[in-house]
Amino acid sequence: MDLKKTPLINEHERLGAKLAPFGGWFMPIQYSGIISEHNWTRTEASIFDICHMGEFIICADADKSGFNKIVTFDLNAIKPFECRYGFMLNDTGGILDDIIVYRIADRRWMVVANAATIESDEAHFRKHLAPGTDFKNVSAMLGKIDLQGPKSLDVIRRLVAPGVADLGYYKFGHFDLLGEKIIISRTGYTGELGFEIYISNDKVAELWNILLKDTTVKPAGLGARDTLRLEMTYPLYGQDITTETTPIEAGKARFVDLKKDFIGRSALMKNSDPSRRLINFIAKSRRAPRHNYGIFSGGKRVGIVTSGSFSPSLSCGIGMGYVDAPFSVGTEIVLKENDVEIIATVTKGPFYKNGTAKIVEGSHAHTG
Amino acid sequence: MHIPDDLLYTKEHEWVRIKDKTATLGITDYAQGSLGDITFVELPKVNGAVAQFKQYATVESVKAASDVYASVSGKVLKINEELSAHPELINQSPYDKGYFAVIEVSDESDVSRLVSSADYKKYVEGLH
Repeated sequence: MDLKKTPLINEHERLGAKLAPFGGWFMPIQYSGIISEHNWTRTEASIFDICHMGEFIICADADKSGFNKIVTFDLNAIKPFECRYGFMLNDTGGILDDIIVYRIADRRWMVVANAATIESDEAHFRKHLAPGTDFKNVSAMLGKIDLQGPKSLDVIRRLVAPGVADLGYYKFGHFDLLGEKIIISRTGYTGELGFEIYISNDKVAELWNILLKDTTVKPAGLGARDTLRLEMTYPLYGQDITTETTPIEAGKARFVDLKKDFIGRSALMKNSDPSRRLINFIAKSRRAPRHNYGIFSGGKRVGIVTSGSFSPSLSCGIGMGYVDAPFSVGTEIVLKENDVEIIATVTKGPFYKNGTAKIVEGSHAHTG
Repeated sequence: MHIPDDLLYTKEHEWVRIKDKTATLGITDYAQGSLGDITFVELPKVNGAVAQFKQYATVESVKAASDVYASVSGKVLKINEELSAHPELINQSPYDKGYFAVIEVSDESDVSRLVSSADYKKYVEGLH
């Protein structure tokens, strides 16, 4: 299969990035090194090419169009210029995607979707939205740069309107930049103070290079994005959450409003206290558990690792995975594959507790 | 990329420095660069036996774990204890502070199966 390339491919090659396939895209994994990029994001500010992710624009009444039945949270509870994290489910409560919805106006919404699920999400929307609903997949036109790190606010204040400083956590605004009216939201996937910038594909390389001129800013790849999100215990779609897992099993019930109707709700109601649960664990050594390692307790196999990595901030292995029965915090488990055995302790998320994401005037609780 | 002239190599990107009957083993600059930040190393036990071209160590980077093969057969005389707390030494100094182990060579004919620095250099250039 031909890999898709973002409009920033030439910039990545010029910067000497290591590129690799990710979700059908040829993406930068690292520039200087995953650990240095990770640490730079935790202390300064980094930019990430996130052009591969999808965006849909829906112009409709949330209820009349059927849109509100497609998502697990109540769209009517979102005020204009607010974002909300949640899920799209199938009939059995399995997760089709985790998304963020932006309410641009009373009857105008932007849905941000994962790269690998753009086509299946679009098909799901087209199937379940009322006929004639104004739905556009703008993924191919819209680029996205994530600017993340404690210094990101200073960077963005120098770049665009000072009004950005007023954006609360999970809020967004329209700003004039490079001759366009663009959306900037106070959101991200790193646990740090940060912004997601949506700009047309034609302008995204120009914006990338303007941001890089700021000495506080360095590029970071998907490698650092993965260690940063895992330290925050944010799930990765396709790995930690899939069509085979429900939001309840994944510990994300707070993003599901069972008081409203949505696809998958009755399945969740039937199994509202599943025994299978996603747990977080911290290894007692630098050795990292990896995807698909078995989880063992008392000599018995009880589950499977979905994400595992070395944590640059904690200097030890961390991970998450599903177990068949609930485990209390502090329980010792063993993560195994072949002759590799890693002793770990079940722990509460996030692993990294000094994230700056919600500073200044934080509002909504968030993971994901 | 650094490929010292006075070492021998394998096509699995390991280097070996042979002096009399002892061999110092490690991974090459190319190997550390491809792996990226190294976060963990598992080394053999001192006095244990290793066999040429068989796995004797494991390195982990942020993204993945990889097997490391012994360049020569013999008995492990010494391992680089520093690496357990500072595996990044392999990235910073692959041919010196980042060595893996010192082996007492049991079969000197093993050397004939290794690659010269000139040939290793050509081999690595051919990989691009």
